[in-house]
Amino acid sequence: MNWVLVFPIAVPFATAVFAYLARNYPAGRWISLAGSVLSLIASAALMVVVLREGVIAAQMSNWDAPFGITLVSDYLSAVMVVITAITGLATAIYALGEIPEETERLGFYALFQMLIAGVTGAFLTGDLFNLYVWFEVMLIASFSLLVIGGGKDRLDAGIKYVALNLVSTLVFLSGIGLLYGVTGTLNMADLRGAVAASDNQGLITVIAMMFMVGFGVKAAVFPLFFWLPASYHTPYFAISAVFAGLLTKVGVYALMRMFTLVFVGDVGFTHEILLWVSLLTMFTGVIGAAAQMDFRKILSFHIISQIGYMTLGLALFTPLALMGGVFYLVHHIIVKANLFFVAGLAKQYAGSTDLNRIGGLYKSAPLLAALFIIPAFSLAGFPPLSGFWAKYLIVKAAIELNMWFVTFVSLLVGLLTIYSMTKIWGYAFWKPHPDGYDPTPDRAPARVTAAMITPIAGLAAMTIIIGFFPEPFVQFAQTAAMQLLDPTDYVTTVLGVQP
Amino acid sequence: MNSIIFTAGARLLVALVFVFSLFMLLRGHHLPGGGFIGGLLGAVAFIIYSLACGPEETRRALRVSPEGIAVIGLGIALLAGLFSFFMGDPFFTGQWYWVGGDSYETAAFSINSVLVFDIGVYLVVLGGILSLTFAFEEET
Repeated sequence: MNWVLVFPIAVPFATAVFAYLARNYPAGRWISLAGSVLSLIASAALMVVVLREGVIAAQMSNWDAPFGITLVSDYLSAVMVVITAITGLATAIYALGEIPEETERLGFYALFQMLIAGVTGAFLTGDLFNLYVWFEVMLIASFSLLVIGGGKDRLDAGIKYVALNLVSTLVFLSGIGLLYGVTGTLNMADLRGAVAASDNQGLITVIAMMFMVGFGVKAAVFPLFFWLPASYHTPYFAISAVFAGLLTKVGVYALMRMFTLVFVGDVGFTHEILLWVSLLTMFTGVIGAAAQMDFRKILSFHIISQIGYMTLGLALFTPLALMGGVFYLVHHIIVKANLFFVAGLAKQYAGSTDLNRIGGLYKSAPLLAALFIIPAFSLAGFPPLSGFWAKYLIVKAAIELNMWFVTFVSLLVGLLTIYSMTKIWGYAFWKPHPDGYDPTPDRAPARVTAAMITPIAGLAAMTIIIGFFPEPFVQFAQTAAMQLLDPTDYVTTVLGVQP
Repeated sequence: MNSIIFTAGARLLVALVFVFSLFMLLRGHHLPGGGFIGGLLGAVAFIIYSLACGPEETRRALRVSPEGIAVIGLGIALLAGLFSFFMGDPFFTGQWYWVGGDSYETAAFSINSVLVFDIGVYLVVLGGILSLTFAFEEET
């Protein structure tokens, strides 16, 4: 039981080592692919154990909590790990087609696997300082991936990205320091009791806000999101897909974890702020997207807007809302990564991501058009796709609380999302190509196109499956939300487990 | 840098610092020292060498690229953690075999997985720092 928590982290690390050593040979990319498959198996094993036992924990190095580093997984962590592995596998396949050989030789796959290891570690750790370490692993790997392959644009984006993320990390680290000073522990389960028992609740709230700012930058919420659209449109499509899918979600996950487990002393204050932040995030994101004319920039702004829905689920802080938030998190990773994959293939076919300079894809690549429709409409919340259920749960939670303004904003943002998606559809797929020629899929070797379309089709299939059979997923999200709202199980498992 | 005094001194210094870094590595865990500090000192040795003779020459002396060293170190550290799997303990639990006794006080020396981990850390730090400094030096 101990080791199912370790393998989802250890496998990508080991893969990174081997992939780096074999980076000059074709074997490197196959090692990466095999590693991603193994990661998926390892995280599926974790999921099986979690489904059977509820919450599981393991004490690293046999040092008992709260002194050692604890790895812990409840339903939320388990599903995030699985979805990370799925995204990782999809990206590993996509990269076979997209990534040129000279980038492979720089150690692309090693960095990519390192990133996956960092994300997985952040989802599994039960220790605040360890979380900071995983954030750093992620930051280093993602910065390298952002600038790999060279070019002025990438360097420019990379500098903005790393500078703002460093600020966020510093705020987070200062928060950790203060919290340790107040409570004397950094184990998250132990913190729950320690924070509640602290006689300096004012300071605790200040620290909570520091965490909100730190994680808020990572999650790209209003008004801290500006690094995201400045950087996500420059790297390789495989990379921007994995960034879009996973990186901001780590911030959302950390918010969800800390503001349900630890900082629940002054919900009226902290979660009220989060509520307004969420609404502004949703709205500014979608408005920002409306002004863009680049495929990936539109999608980047939509990440921000959708992040708002997830934090809204947390801010409303009812079982139904949190359930919606969890459901949204999972659905959005699949859909958003897929849309970036589609953008990459669209560029492959039509030659650009600037919507003014491409077109005619519906005629020349009807399969891609169909595969775009699924995640795009899911993102906008069309029934019966996965996004509909996610939005439905959030909106229903808002209605139940009689928060009509929140309901109105959620629905309005959904409507504006449709506007952006139809804009992409109209410009990239519907209108004829401005240069007058027919963009043909034959410009790349068949092997490349096959590698790129396989993950798109796979993720689209998942979107449809979640859409048509939401029942088990909704039930899962419900249990996850219950565990978040009542973390007794989490706390006793972490503090009571004797390895 | 073309100072004959520095170049001559560097030869002596490099060997001394490098041996000291290995000493620090082996001394670690029970006494101050360990992989991280040892790795830093090892990197200092090679940096002195590269200041004296240039990064080209240092790369030749290293034989393996610094990035390669770092990644191999990561692999070794991971192996040290995974070793406890076969002993039925949680990840990264130190495995100790005491020679001539049964604890730190009584045994002559020990064979343990913690040192393997430290060697991994040593290589990661050495490789990481050197790849950074080489990048800076080769830039100009």
